[in-house]
Amino acid sequence: MIPPEIGGRYAGSMSVPSPGYPAPEPHPGAAPYPVTGPHPGPTEHPGPAGYPSPAVPALALRGLAKRFGDKIAVNGISLDVPAGSFYGVVGPNGAGKTTLLSMATGLLRPDYGTAFIHGVDVWARPLEAKKLMGILPDGVRLFDRLSGEQLLSYAGLLRGMDRAVVQSRAGELLAALDLSKDAGTLVVDYSAGMRKKIALASALIHAPRLLVLDEPFESVDPVSAANIRGILEQYVASGGTVIVSSHVMDLVQRMCDHVAVVAAGRVLAAGTVEEVRAGATLEERFVALVGGGTRAEGLEWLRTF
Amino acid sequence: MVAHLLSLKWRLLLNGFRRSPWQIVGIVAGALYAAGLVLSAVVGLVALRWADPQTAQTVVVLGGALAVTGWAVIPLVTSAADLTLDPSRFATSAIPIRDLLPGLALAGLLGLPGIATLIAALGTVATWSRGFVPAAGALVGAVLGVLSCVVASKVVTTAVSSLLSSRRFKDISSILFVIPLVLAGPIVTAVVGGVGDSRDYLPELAAVVSWTPLGAAWSLGGELDAGNAAAAGVKLLIALASLAVLGSAWYLLLGRAMVTPAYAGGGSGKAGKAGLFGIFPATPAGAVAARSLTYWMRDPRYAGSLVVVPLLPVLFYFIGSQNGNQDLLIVVAPMTAFLLAWSISADVSYDNTAFALHLATGVRGRDDRLGRALACLSFALPLVLLFAVGSAAATGRWEWLPNILGSSLGTLFTGLGLASVVSARWTSAVPAPGESPFKKPPGNTAQTLLVQFAGMGVMAVLLLPEIAMVVTQAVTGQAAFSWIGLAAGPVFGVGFFVAGIRLGGRWLDRRGPEMFAQLADNR
Repeated sequence: MIPPEIGGRYAGSMSVPSPGYPAPEPHPGAAPYPVTGPHPGPTEHPGPAGYPSPAVPALALRGLAKRFGDKIAVNGISLDVPAGSFYGVVGPNGAGKTTLLSMATGLLRPDYGTAFIHGVDVWARPLEAKKLMGILPDGVRLFDRLSGEQLLSYAGLLRGMDRAVVQSRAGELLAALDLSKDAGTLVVDYSAGMRKKIALASALIHAPRLLVLDEPFESVDPVSAANIRGILEQYVASGGTVIVSSHVMDLVQRMCDHVAVVAAGRVLAAGTVEEVRAGATLEERFVALVGGGTRAEGLEWLRTF
Repeated sequence: MVAHLLSLKWRLLLNGFRRSPWQIVGIVAGALYAAGLVLSAVVGLVALRWADPQTAQTVVVLGGALAVTGWAVIPLVTSAADLTLDPSRFATSAIPIRDLLPGLALAGLLGLPGIATLIAALGTVATWSRGFVPAAGALVGAVLGVLSCVVASKVVTTAVSSLLSSRRFKDISSILFVIPLVLAGPIVTAVVGGVGDSRDYLPELAAVVSWTPLGAAWSLGGELDAGNAAAAGVKLLIALASLAVLGSAWYLLLGRAMVTPAYAGGGSGKAGKAGLFGIFPATPAGAVAARSLTYWMRDPRYAGSLVVVPLLPVLFYFIGSQNGNQDLLIVVAPMTAFLLAWSISADVSYDNTAFALHLATGVRGRDDRLGRALACLSFALPLVLLFAVGSAAATGRWEWLPNILGSSLGTLFTGLGLASVVSARWTSAVPAPGESPFKKPPGNTAQTLLVQFAGMGVMAVLLLPEIAMVVTQAVTGQAAFSWIGLAAGPVFGVGFFVAGIRLGGRWLDRRGPEMFAQLADNR
């Protein structure tokens, strides 16, 4: 399990709301549901902010919490994602990453707390907030009886964009993602990787300021993954903000400049990748924080073929 | 293998009860109904034991032929194919089809319709218990006949479900292709029923049918009773041969279904084909309309609900030709309006979790509602107008045309408005995208039924002005009410349409995430 001081130190010092920002309700960062793990809530170590925060973070989460029946999926997460950062959210399966990102993007109504996109409250002014972000939800169907090109046009037109702009951008996105030759193929005939790419293109077509991508690299082949990474890095370099969730630590360490470690619905550590990994690799830190690593004992039969 | 499949089917049946108490209510109601039917059939068949042989033979052969036809056609028309043992689910378990077939066939008997048919078929043994040989012949015939029922049903559903979900039929052509298939049933029954009025014709019809695969098996008892051993032998051969042909057709279809994944690719297309997106206005509502209409044409689930529409006039025409009075045809236009309008009452449920795109792009509820309604309106409006004028022309009752036009338009617009509200608030259990329209949908069936019935109740109330005008004209015979109806229908209809789009839009704006959560649950 996690040594209390690690969870406390990291969680306490790095996920404090930026100064001058709407005060979260009712207690900043407090867990609305009883915390079962040994790690205390962030408020118990209020400490100074670990890094200088820009005036308005691209995404600010304030006390988000959600329970499904008996299961507490997210338990009071507050987090600032600085504008212009490439932010990784890592956590074991079932940590609450998808629930967290769904609540941050307006897909799932939180029980407590809210999220701000560049200062716009997602749950109070959803239409404004949604103009600012592009999202790639995980495990969601697409309108797959449309061709790839039609799906892109649909995403653009739904956002009220001009037909000519939609058409030229759709063409460029399809070319950039290497989908041009399948533009007229129905999405239902796409491979899993191609679907991820067309969904990503749909999220990009209105030139959002913030991209929230849930597991963008799952089932994407290495060439396409490098292709997507290139596009995302370019996007960040020109001032955009990207949040990706993943459980591939290596990828996050190489690609992201910030990272938050989420487990059991709580933030265990957050900050720049260097701060969080503290000299070790991200994977080692992650395992230490999350407290996994049960040895593969009792599977002796697996070696006696 | 047979035992395995039977126990699997039995287990699935029992687990179905566990899922929801509504399923038990449904099965008990169905069982009582079936028991009543079977009991009266058996009593009738036993009573035929003392009837003259020709009457007995006529009833048994025609009844049996109807049963075989029903087994083949009813699953098509009611979309109620029993796919609990969907053969494609066995695709990965490497069972030879040769072993699978008998098991699936017997498992098909394990269920209300199967058991009911079997009991009724065994009743024919009582009819022919006039001697040992006829009874034995009837027993053989009953077994062969019931097997034909099951296998014919399997052949038709396997063929059509793979056809409907195969992507080659993704365009409007698929709908055109399915229409004659679906119409075949009503046409045949209507023809049979129509000529059946002349009583003396029935024995001749039975005699003809008994030489076809439909009736050969059922005629064995009667032929043996009449001492026609040669005829009985030939008919036995016909019955055996048709069962063999059906069986091998099923074998082939099943073999193909097992190795063909639900979607075996489509041609890769070039860019630059915007399709309907280039035709509708480049606004959010226009985009939703273009997308919905594309789905009406490409998605078999939507195409399936369109199939009923051309069926209606034909159905009413045949009913009319039996009564010798075609006046009933004027019901076709309002009925089509209702069916088409109500078909978008589960539109968001058909989207499944793809609805996330609407939520993510922040499209306003009003645009979402309006686009879906416009897509349906774009073909429903001309169709309803056509049916209204066509039915007036066919019946020659032109004094009814204004009223029928008014009530049809009123029904169409009111229905679209109400459906826009209903689908913004409640999800229904519908087949998932890409699944066969014949598949039993997962999810909350009780809520679906409740919402559908409550919605139709509200609809009836909203349509009171139109109904009042129709009734008044019918009672008084004054054509003036027809013209009032023509005015009232569109006025009330468009009013409810606008109100429905507004209210549904507001609800969707407010509860979009909750709708999405329900969709994700139903998935």
